[in-house]
Amino acid sequence: MPLTKKEISDIARLARLQLSEAELTLFSSQLSDILEYADRLSQVDLAQADEIAGILPDNAPLRDDIPGSSLSLEQSLGNAASTEGRQFKVPPVLDV
Amino acid sequence: MSSSLLSLGISRAAHLLRSGEISSRDLTQACLEQIESLDGSLHAFLTLTTEEAFFRANRADFFLQQMRKGITPETTSPLLGIPLAIKDVLALSGVRCTCGSRMLETYIPPFTAHAVDKLLADGMVVLGKTNTDEFAMGSTTENSAFGPTRNPWDVARVPGGSSGGSAAAVAAGMAFGALGTDTGGSVRQPAAFCGITGLKPTYGRVSRWGLVAYGSSLDSVGCMARSAEDAALIYASIAGHDPRDSTSHEIPVPGFTPYAENSLKGLRIGLPQEYFLPGMQAEVENAIRSALAVFEKLGAEIVPVSLPHTEYALPAYYLLAPAEASANLARYDGTRYGINRPAAGYIEQFMSSRAAGFGPEVKRRIMLGTYALSAGYYDAYYARAQKARGLIRRDFDQAFQQVDVIAAPVAPTTAYLLGERNKDPLSMYLGDIFTLPANLAGIPAIAFPAGFDSNRLPVGIQLMGHAFAENTLLGMAHAYQQVTLWHRQMPGAANIPEETKEHGL
Repeated sequence: MPLTKKEISDIARLARLQLSEAELTLFSSQLSDILEYADRLSQVDLAQADEIAGILPDNAPLRDDIPGSSLSLEQSLGNAASTEGRQFKVPPVLDV
Repeated sequence: MSSSLLSLGISRAAHLLRSGEISSRDLTQACLEQIESLDGSLHAFLTLTTEEAFFRANRADFFLQQMRKGITPETTSPLLGIPLAIKDVLALSGVRCTCGSRMLETYIPPFTAHAVDKLLADGMVVLGKTNTDEFAMGSTTENSAFGPTRNPWDVARVPGGSSGGSAAAVAAGMAFGALGTDTGGSVRQPAAFCGITGLKPTYGRVSRWGLVAYGSSLDSVGCMARSAEDAALIYASIAGHDPRDSTSHEIPVPGFTPYAENSLKGLRIGLPQEYFLPGMQAEVENAIRSALAVFEKLGAEIVPVSLPHTEYALPAYYLLAPAEASANLARYDGTRYGINRPAAGYIEQFMSSRAAGFGPEVKRRIMLGTYALSAGYYDAYYARAQKARGLIRRDFDQAFQQVDVIAAPVAPTTAYLLGERNKDPLSMYLGDIFTLPANLAGIPAIAFPAGFDSNRLPVGIQLMGHAFAENTLLGMAHAYQQVTLWHRQMPGAANIPEETKEHGL
């Protein structure tokens, strides 16, 4: 079932992607093709399959919590488009 | 002089460096001259680190001099003084790391990736950062925001991807080896397309610390070189435990030793029927079968095996990798790093920055992954793909009870023409069909040259092994390379026309 432009637009909003009209049209056909191909997975007999297959043999080990060096303030802010004092600066998150 | 230097392997170059017949400065100069003359056409590099390269070459020459005087320097690694290239998804402190994306065009990492750090500690001369499909998403390097890399065997063709810049650089003699990354075949497929050797280690064998994340349960840092012996030297440097990557293994890395007299007696090579499909290029299949005959002569036994869930690898991968990518790339919000397109509100700025920073393939995969993970579709797509992944892994476990390695083509065809597949994402994805399973299973695999097609384009063969069997793969590829000459062929500079430098370095 092809994805509608409305569905594509909803996914784009979830993905925080602003898409152009042309991209909406293109992605609705391309994603539909890819998902149709992915539907082959519905033919697999998953009765014998594990719930979620990790690829490590055991759980990932935890390391000891030893304090170490970290990035300086200057390094941390060095790639930001906008900073103020010791902070990253962003536009308002909430309308107040 | 310089062209003969460029065809040396790393171990031979290391020998000549030790004896003092050549210097690291000579090697570095030769690579940079080769880059100067060919890269206007090939566009393998995004950033050159010339000053850093000469600094490290001089330092290596000093260490080599100390060694000749009987003083043990900081490192005596065979990589001391060897010029290598780094795929531009691995951080090198102070040098921009673009990931082939406008998003990170001006991003300067304040740290160095673990794998790069290990090579630097072993004395590598770093030449620069190589081109890649944007965020390593692609199979041709055409998805780079900075223009495609071209295949040194035929500049009308793609070098493969996503580590296409690294592959082209090594094949064309612009570097002695390189780091690539392999999430779905991105080391092995460009290695095959460019006629070099590429090792994708076991998942977790090489730390991912400092690698810009794409699909975190699939990403592997890999080695690209002109022989298995050279790849083994790079692998020995970068493999091992790193507490900064929680998926990094603590199992020690054994040193590489070739099989005595190159005898592969007692080794069993599985041949899976599922990897020989109708419609694949006949010359590819013929090259694989000829290579298997060579392995039989070396003493190995060929055994038919079955990997029955192979056909589900492609749909599973193209749900799981985008799902992981959509989560990993959520960090690019225009705040801490990356392109920023100011807007009135935070969410608006988030969305406009991403619209400006990401190219079409990245947007497509983020969209696909977001859909596969969204409420109502999670079970139908993501959970189902994870279960299929488990079955694919189990197929390998069962096959490796009968055989030591599994042989297969790397890709169904040799290198495509530029533009041939990039209009239709699904047809592009289908080219990855033979490389994805190893990533889904987390197992190591090696690609190396096994012939040429009628257009004189390289054909690669792939050996896959069980977890931590890197040395078996390297040893078998090395034995093959002792009795064949495919890997010794290099594309002549005559193949590569002079072109005005349209891609400024």
